[in-house]
Amino acid sequence: MSERKTIDARGTYCPGPLMELIANLKLIDVGDELEVLSTDKGSASDIPEWIDKVGHEMVSSTEEGGVWHIVVRKTK
Amino acid sequence: MPNRPGVIGAVSGEEAEIVSKVCIVLTSGSREKLQFAAMMASVAAVSTYDVTVFISMNALPYFVEGDTAPAPAEGEMGKLIEEKNAPEFLDLLEQAVELGEAKIHPCSMAVDILGVSEDELKPFLAEPMGLTKFLSLAEGGQCWSF
Repeated sequence: MSERKTIDARGTYCPGPLMELIANLKLIDVGDELEVLSTDKGSASDIPEWIDKVGHEMVSSTEEGGVWHIVVRKTK
Repeated sequence: MPNRPGVIGAVSGEEAEIVSKVCIVLTSGSREKLQFAAMMASVAAVSTYDVTVFISMNALPYFVEGDTAPAPAEGEMGKLIEEKNAPEFLDLLEQAVELGEAKIHPCSMAVDILGVSEDELKPFLAEPMGLTKFLSLAEGGQCWSF
């Protein structure tokens, strides 16, 4: 059964949330998910772009009260 | 078939693996330029680019171990970067090495001029490199200067 871990990257700026995501992707199993919390608007578009480039899976991206919740599934 | 710039393993009869190279020349000692060079190096390195950073001139003292005065902001953005929670440029460059296998080489001339040994430089740096070797490595890649 897949697990989901949350990374709180609120308050930091590009490329902080992306680098936090990548560092944590190395620590989880294939099939597991990471949810990144970010207040950086640029990262909300950059992270899906990176996911598309390297071949992981975007699960969802939603914004609530100025905080983006970006959920990614590790595929390899 | 001879290898083409930016193409690694392009041997006749075999499928070529294309690797785009990003080469960054960092000579400024201002926080703004150090910051942006580090941002570019880290994001490129984790995005499947083959990244080489060449550090020389006024940038090099910030890569010597020990107490170094903070890099001057240069402009308004540099001041804001200092005030807000932007990632430290040294941390970003270290992540470029650890997460994206970037190679960060101090310029051998600048190392000699500064009078420091390799042991006194940040441990995430690769060995000092001469300009001739860097130019050879950079051939056919994107090259950015800060």
